[in-house]
Amino acid sequence: MSSAPETETAPRISTEQLEISIGPQHPSTHGVFRMNVILEGETIVKLKPVMGYLHRNHEQLAEDMSWLGSMPYTDRLDYFCSMSNNLAYALAVEKMMGIDVPERAEYIRIIMAEMTRLVNHTALVGFLLNDLGAFFTPVLYAFREREKILDLFEATAGSRMMCNYMRFGGVKLDLHPDFLDKAKDIVEKYPAFLDETERLLTKNEILMSRCQNVGILPKELAINASITGPLLRASGVNYDIRKIDKYSIYDRFDFKVPLGTVGDVYDRYYVRILEMRESFKILKKAFKEIPAGPFISQKGEVAAKSPRNMKVPAGDAYGRIEAPKGELGFYLVSDGGTKPYRYHVRAPSFINLTILEDMCLGQKVADAIVILGSIDIVLGEVDR
Amino acid sequence: MWGSGVLQGMAVTIKNFFDTYTKKDGIFTVEYPEKCLPAKERFRNFPILVYDEKPEDLRCVACDICAKECPPKCITIVKAKDAQGKPLKQAAVFDIDFTVCMNCGICEETCPFDAIYMDHEFELAEYDRMNELIYKKEDLSKPWNYFEKIRPTDAKEINARRASLPTKPTTPPSQQGS
Repeated sequence: MSSAPETETAPRISTEQLEISIGPQHPSTHGVFRMNVILEGETIVKLKPVMGYLHRNHEQLAEDMSWLGSMPYTDRLDYFCSMSNNLAYALAVEKMMGIDVPERAEYIRIIMAEMTRLVNHTALVGFLLNDLGAFFTPVLYAFREREKILDLFEATAGSRMMCNYMRFGGVKLDLHPDFLDKAKDIVEKYPAFLDETERLLTKNEILMSRCQNVGILPKELAINASITGPLLRASGVNYDIRKIDKYSIYDRFDFKVPLGTVGDVYDRYYVRILEMRESFKILKKAFKEIPAGPFISQKGEVAAKSPRNMKVPAGDAYGRIEAPKGELGFYLVSDGGTKPYRYHVRAPSFINLTILEDMCLGQKVADAIVILGSIDIVLGEVDR
Repeated sequence: MWGSGVLQGMAVTIKNFFDTYTKKDGIFTVEYPEKCLPAKERFRNFPILVYDEKPEDLRCVACDICAKECPPKCITIVKAKDAQGKPLKQAAVFDIDFTVCMNCGICEETCPFDAIYMDHEFELAEYDRMNELIYKKEDLSKPWNYFEKIRPTDAKEINARRASLPTKPTTPPSQQGS
């Protein structure tokens, strides 16, 4: 545009377009992610996301490993939500093997998955404020609460973040004896924390002016780009795999799917707050109904004892869950052997990231940072 | 009124600020090197090899199952041999590369001889990158009562199971077929 030679008749001062590179070490990019941005003044006219800095060959590695062997690697996809990653992978393999899961294990899985959602959304709200420039006050409040849940994960699974907890046909260990009491206590107190967060943020005029009508994602574009998760629901599309697929035992729980109206950053923030409030309902019901009994099926226990000898019947399966970030799917093909023939991850952050440019065009640089933050990406999952 | 939302937010931060002085759990940071949280019993870090009485008599029989199951393949085992070259049921070399180990605990789950367990020790910084973090058999050996101390519940369960075994298994059950 501005490359045309200036004539004497041009009244306004035009500047050169500027190409800048945000990242890969920029703190606002949530990891090693680069945005090649072309700016006209401060307005974005082109944005090219550059991914792949954290590529760890996850899929190929899994194809050279026993079926269970890649379970600990799934923790490292979206390292904020290792429990739900485990669940998606376990579901896909169970579909192929036809293992049934004991009742107690199903409840444990739901509890873990929903607590992961709390962890993820709480941390996201904190980080979003970091991107807005409210350095570390909201994020530390969020981490304070997140830490309580991670302590429970550690007591039960052995690790705060790299849980490696699900097994085919159940879970690795039974819940820690104190788990239910402590978890009930956390869920009891969590709404108070959320109220406090909302008092701090929801009606804050600075936050509203920075977030409202910024990075609007139209409904049609969201559907066409196969966006999933809170990003899609903030644009007003009622699509939640927990409702549609009813995997595991989600059909027994009664919860609403919060929807946004505008599809801007503010809606994405608020949909996540509301989603957490719905998770409390699921968790409370699960705490009440969780039965005693085995936590892993007989067949699963044998397989967990010697993963190298576990064979999966030939065929393919796609296991998907509503992970906190969107639809997380594992597409697996087996040739009947002890290793996956093909192993593919449909990572929500990766696919949600593809529309970054559409949301950022015409916005200012500072808004691009917020829009990126509101997509909720984890680079471990984007690059795999 | 414009600005009331900001003021309400300020009230929250001020409340949190005073909570750090008044509430018991107001300050949630633990000043780590001086103080340390008690380790959770199931917390897992790097593997150890347990022995019952003498450090030379490890429970490990060098069956190589953990090395084969290990997802990042960080375990190296070489069987010991007697004078005639017949392989013995003990390891001559048992190395774990701690730079590669990812603390998943699969070795512990798959070991049929209750020989390898996950430790709680996490202060393992070394100056050298390549040599000192490859732990040899001697570095990994820990007495069984150490394990009983760090993981009492699991130890009780394992002791009961081992006491009820009729005889000690001699060959790993899963290796017979393959």
